[in-house]
Amino acid sequence: MIRGVSLAAIGIATTLVLGATVPVAKVDDAAITAAGFPAQLSDYRFFGDAKARDPAEGVIPYRLNTPLFSDYAEKLRYLYIPDGRQAKANGEGLIALPVGSAIIKSFGYEHDGNLRLIETRVLLHRADGWLALPYVWNDAQDAAMLKLGGSRVPVTFIDPSGATRSISYAVPNKNQCKECHAVNGVVTPIGPKARNMDAAFLAQLVAAGKLDAEPKVAQRLPVWEDRANAPVEAVARAYLDANCAHCHRAEGSASNSGLSLGWEVADSVALGIGKRPTAAGRGSGDLDFDVAPGDPAHSILVHRMKRLEPGVAMPELGRATVHDEGVAAVAAWIARMR
Amino acid sequence: MKKIMFGAALAAISLSSPALADTISVAPGEGAQERLQEALIVAQPGDTVELGAGRFVLTDGLSLDVDGVTVRGAGQDASVLDFTGQLAAGEGLLVTSDNVTLRDFAVENSKGDGIKSKGADNIVYARLRVEWTGGPKETNGSYGVYPVESVGVLIDGVIVKGASDAGIYVGQSKQIIVRNSVAMYNVAGIEIENSRDARVTGNYVSRNTGGILVFDLPNLPNLVNAGNFGGNVRVDHNLIIANDTPNFAPKGNIVASVRKGTGVMVMANENVEVADNVIADNGTAGVLVVAYPLSFGDAKYNPYPRNVLIDDSNSFVRNGRDPQYEGGAQMAAAFGGALPPVIWDGLGKNALVVANGIAALSLGLAAQGTDVSQAHPAPAAGVGKDLRLAPLAPVTLPDAIEIRAQQ
Repeated sequence: MIRGVSLAAIGIATTLVLGATVPVAKVDDAAITAAGFPAQLSDYRFFGDAKARDPAEGVIPYRLNTPLFSDYAEKLRYLYIPDGRQAKANGEGLIALPVGSAIIKSFGYEHDGNLRLIETRVLLHRADGWLALPYVWNDAQDAAMLKLGGSRVPVTFIDPSGATRSISYAVPNKNQCKECHAVNGVVTPIGPKARNMDAAFLAQLVAAGKLDAEPKVAQRLPVWEDRANAPVEAVARAYLDANCAHCHRAEGSASNSGLSLGWEVADSVALGIGKRPTAAGRGSGDLDFDVAPGDPAHSILVHRMKRLEPGVAMPELGRATVHDEGVAAVAAWIARMR
Repeated sequence: MKKIMFGAALAAISLSSPALADTISVAPGEGAQERLQEALIVAQPGDTVELGAGRFVLTDGLSLDVDGVTVRGAGQDASVLDFTGQLAAGEGLLVTSDNVTLRDFAVENSKGDGIKSKGADNIVYARLRVEWTGGPKETNGSYGVYPVESVGVLIDGVIVKGASDAGIYVGQSKQIIVRNSVAMYNVAGIEIENSRDARVTGNYVSRNTGGILVFDLPNLPNLVNAGNFGGNVRVDHNLIIANDTPNFAPKGNIVASVRKGTGVMVMANENVEVADNVIADNGTAGVLVVAYPLSFGDAKYNPYPRNVLIDDSNSFVRNGRDPQYEGGAQMAAAFGGALPPVIWDGLGKNALVVANGIAALSLGLAAQGTDVSQAHPAPAAGVGKDLRLAPLAPVTLPDAIEIRAQQ
């Protein structure tokens, strides 16, 4: 359900819109870098249109190999690196974006054949650090307003199996943005990480002068849509990396759990294998181990992915429905363990 | 709704607060969720977010991430944050900033933990109430108040009822005082876990499954204590009475193994003093001192209790009359109906110092991990008070913290 982003478009999207040469909008760099919280998404001028589909000059659409699950919402992701500035490759990890950069992500669902946006989140790199802000779209779909305190929006959609689901979609508040985007208590982008991106896309960024060098990546995360052709362990570990590891890492919000689910983690206990819960409380579901090798049905990790009630459901934020395909991927990995 | 307070007194209480501190008042009613959350976001260091009297009906967890903010209600029964209809988040209120004061309000029926503070140094929890109003239930949230990974924690005058894990839980922290608080109808009343330099004093701990727990668990980062494990904990001047609620914790959690009727339980910890408490009517044991019973894969972890002192200043009354483990009833019968007030599993070197005049029983377990059904009970050799190591240094918190608790 991920909206395809043409990789070939990156180099030219900045100058051509719909095949015709038209005046292209310019981002308001001051809105990104100046103090304060812009009241409307349009204040940044990231897009040339009111519906936020036509990226302005320098606003680059991208996608991830294995994305974060967000209640089956379709996501439109954009990077903005100001004119004359360059991102820096940092091994296979997070690409270092210079001050003045922004990451823009819109969330929506298909409605009568059109994508109807719910919210757009922006991460702004200011001189004093990163700032995360949520904007909520109006009914007319022509403006998105800042909602520091978050919001809830009822949503009905068709899931990949064809079933209809109705949920209370949660737009995170500013603090909740940080809960997932914190490294040692400081707001930090979760991505994009080079290992979770297409090599050709990164090469194009380099060619366009927006990235200093092609990152060296030992093993890329599998492409989620092609997971049937990828090793079961790689699919599951990529899923955990993208969906869990921003909190479940030594520097993250869930550090005190002792459970670390990053792609690079090698310690089996840190990964939850044979690890007893620490402060899971009723999240344990009467089970003894985070991951019981060979036995997904008795693994707390799977149990909590399958539940919805707060205090049990994982992730704690941003999930109001079960990601059946994600559960299946993680369960398959555990089932093959000995 | 912003009121400016010209307060020399306010300015004086926090070194970081500006000369002018704002009070942001939030009333219950329509839109309480967004109004209160926005107030917690826009507050500046030194500001007070003032909760009006009444019931705030909330649908999502709240969070505070600004240093030096006070959240103050009209009283622990007057201002209620009601999470009965909560749809998401792992706790009712989450604090992730330093020098925060939470006082004079209540949190009810949060789906996960009540109030959690993580990496929040010098935090004060004063005169709060955290309660699951339906009584003890497995579906209640886990912890009532839950400071973790913090240096400087003061919990004073807090009431917690109904937590399906620990009512007051301090984890992976140091410099901790839990005092003058009430913990009832929780699985564990008060729990100090993987923490150092803690004092638990003047609390009323009753009708829980277990009263006061001092634990160490393996495989935790414990960054605040540089990877060290728990220790230096003084449990004194508490009333630990009739902890007789059947265990209602979900299995898999370590507290699910706590036996009904445990007064004080020390597991895998070092330098713990139990003194000047009244410990009465706890059916399994007045004080239980044991090794961590499960297998573990953590080379640095010490599963044994070390240097636990049970002082003769404790008053033990009618404990050990209904021990909740296999063979316990026969054991109690063999001792004339009641076991000695102090029970030790018999594991660990220099595990326990019991003052003269206090009876203690060793279960004589053969090795760490041996089940209690394999016990070989025998009176623990009376160990004189003179064998104890140096007394614990008192835990004191900076004056600025004490002042914030007493306003």
